[in-house]
Amino acid sequence: MTRKGQRFLLISVALSLLAVATGLVLFAMRDSIAFFSSPTDLYSEPVSESQRIRLGGLVAEGTVIRGVGDTVTFGVTDTNAVITVSYTGILPDLFREGQGVVTEGYLAPDGLFEADTVLARHDENYMPAEVAESLRQQGVWQGDGDGASTAQPGSSDY
Amino acid sequence: MIVELGHYVLVLALVLAVVQSVLPFWGARTAEAGLMRIGDFTATVQFGFLSISFAALTYAYVVSDFSVLNVVQNSHSEKPMLFKVTGVWGNHEGSMLLWVLILGLFGAGIAWFGGNLPRTLKANVLSVQAWVTVAFLLFIILTSNPFERVLSAPAEGEDLNPILQDIGLAIHPPLLYLGYVGLSISFSFAIAALIEGRLDAAWARWVRPWTLAAWVFLTLGISMGSFWAYYELGWGGWWFWDPVENASFMPWLAATALLHSAIVMEKREALKIWTVLLAIIAFSLSLLGTFLVRSGVLTSVHAFATDPERGLFILLILLLFIGGGFALFAIRASELRNGGVFAPVSREGALVVNNLLLSVSTATVLLGTLYPLILEAFTGDKISVGPPFFNLTFGPLMIPLLIALPLGPLLAWKRGDLVTALHRVWWAAAASIVTLACVLALFGTDAWIKAVAIAVAAWVMLGAIAEPLARVKAFSSPIGDTARRLINLPRSAWGTTLAHFGVGVMVLGIVGVSAFESERITTVRPGDTVDVAGYEFTFEGMRPNTGPNYQEIIAGFTVREGGTVIANLEPSRRIYPARNFPTTEAGFHTVGFSQLYISPGDPTDDGGLVVRLYHKPLVTLIWIGTLIMSLGGLVSLMDRRLRIGAPQRAKRKAPAVPPGMEPAE
Repeated sequence: MTRKGQRFLLISVALSLLAVATGLVLFAMRDSIAFFSSPTDLYSEPVSESQRIRLGGLVAEGTVIRGVGDTVTFGVTDTNAVITVSYTGILPDLFREGQGVVTEGYLAPDGLFEADTVLARHDENYMPAEVAESLRQQGVWQGDGDGASTAQPGSSDY
Repeated sequence: MIVELGHYVLVLALVLAVVQSVLPFWGARTAEAGLMRIGDFTATVQFGFLSISFAALTYAYVVSDFSVLNVVQNSHSEKPMLFKVTGVWGNHEGSMLLWVLILGLFGAGIAWFGGNLPRTLKANVLSVQAWVTVAFLLFIILTSNPFERVLSAPAEGEDLNPILQDIGLAIHPPLLYLGYVGLSISFSFAIAALIEGRLDAAWARWVRPWTLAAWVFLTLGISMGSFWAYYELGWGGWWFWDPVENASFMPWLAATALLHSAIVMEKREALKIWTVLLAIIAFSLSLLGTFLVRSGVLTSVHAFATDPERGLFILLILLLFIGGGFALFAIRASELRNGGVFAPVSREGALVVNNLLLSVSTATVLLGTLYPLILEAFTGDKISVGPPFFNLTFGPLMIPLLIALPLGPLLAWKRGDLVTALHRVWWAAAASIVTLACVLALFGTDAWIKAVAIAVAAWVMLGAIAEPLARVKAFSSPIGDTARRLINLPRSAWGTTLAHFGVGVMVLGIVGVSAFESERITTVRPGDTVDVAGYEFTFEGMRPNTGPNYQEIIAGFTVREGGTVIANLEPSRRIYPARNFPTTEAGFHTVGFSQLYISPGDPTDDGGLVVRLYHKPLVTLIWIGTLIMSLGGLVSLMDRRLRIGAPQRAKRKAPAVPPGMEPAE
């Protein structure tokens, strides 16, 4: 095989591989990407049931109900609106009322947020960056910057 | 006093690094042997200074010197001694100090073992290495000084993040850093070669052992990290596609590609430009990883408290080295001549396929990791890219790589024959197809993805063994001859076989745990029994316990299989009062290669306990596989040809069989 032929083959293989990879990426992007929303966003903008959402805020005081079974419900608030979240599984170690939390899942038509992942802070000073930003927009939290940034995936269904 | 000494020698190391970044480089340009030799001296002394500096910080931790801010923030006098020492790098400043210590170690390694390098190349490599060291020492001294004092020393420290109080911290970061930083050598060699404008097969022979060593450490570091996350965090997973995991995984993929392309360059003088580019990319990805972890732009378990100034500084280092590296590459690459033409079906061709697939999959991981950052920067939308993205993109790209993997080593250089190659592994292929059929018969045709995945794992494992067996003619010649040939196989061939076999073992583990895991989330009360995958877990109740620096509530479980007790597990929920920090300690029992895993959750209002119970089939194979891969790398490193400092061996003896029968070495 000539050098030219070799180069041509190599480039065409590389390009087709890139095309396949691009296809895979676009396909995967369709439904495995979650948009970050605050509770206020969820009230103001309608969201499709099939859109994966990353909901962040504070765990509203006095809203955590540990059912008799394994499902826990709690309110997530940005002090403006409250969304009720239901989650089946084990909450992260540092999940507490009044603290920042990020949950991922889908919004059911009845307004209940069904989370499959709950992330909480990982140390005393932690405020998830996205939550801090959203709360700052609401004028609630005046902390500086992002706080420390360690999120702890709770149990999730990977 | 010792703390000040540590700070002082750190500054001295910076001065030496500055000297080293100029003089040997200048010596190489002006052919001054004296200037070039200075590099050996500065690299050695620099490493000495960095060791003293690191020892000083360790001393401060060991004696719990709470007048040092770093110790106050990350230690506690009641912490067990092991964690006092490992706590040195369990924080931002200390871990950066470890980073440069290892950088210094590798620089000194070049000075000590690089005796057979051409003098100018060695001088240039040492200078480039010093550029990196200068940048990181400036970073530490200006933004992350671990020796900073506090004016009024508190009586007690704030303790180390309890999640880090584990033997894993003693092993995972040092290994990972040895790998990350080890790639700086490949980078320095690449830049030095571009500066000199000379690149030949000998260059690849020098670079390969260093890259291989870095690769072995990186492999061990990543797999230790995965194992640590699995048992310590109590989430039951072994890989989360967390941005920081990706940050270590991308350099690994690039280093794996580099190892393979360097073989082609060494043997056939082909793929030169590509190999140099890969060396630059691999280290760039390690720098990117450092940036992602240290700047706090990503939310992750690994990020320590962050500071925008530091992020900016590392970003500058990143731009300087990546930008500079690529710019130099763009200017010089056209001067490098490629050798060796080869047919598409050949050993070179197979290694090109390996490189293409590894590079493209690195690109998809990079995209998934950076896309949220880029999107937020441009549109303000905040998104997260989760594991499904990576499983859907990375997974399919690995399948052809794994299928091609056993065939590569069977193809001859220059022009191979697929039919001959297949002929040598037909039994492995047949066994894999039988495996496929068995799995389909057992689990039904709906389970075809699982069946294909298991068959691929079997194919990789058996195919890896088929190569040396074919080479020694295991089935067609007397046993004595076979054994003799087996003993005479070069260690690099054993290394390849082991590493490839390890890949198969790891894949089998991944498939086993991903496809056949059983999980129950349930609430238990004392006396309750829960059945998971045929194992009966009986909850015996909870009892309190006090550890050295924590209190815990232990949940007792008895595990029975068919009525007989096989294990008593005691997972617990701990609280570390120094930080008021709770952690979960999962409970395990290993059955063969599989594991039973209990992660206790919160007590419920009515006296129960929420627990997650898992049966994880073959999960330990994931880490056993990576260990075998690393072992393969080590064995290959011991090959005479690659041994650092070993004289170059004369041309290999031609195989004693007719050409075309035996794959060329």
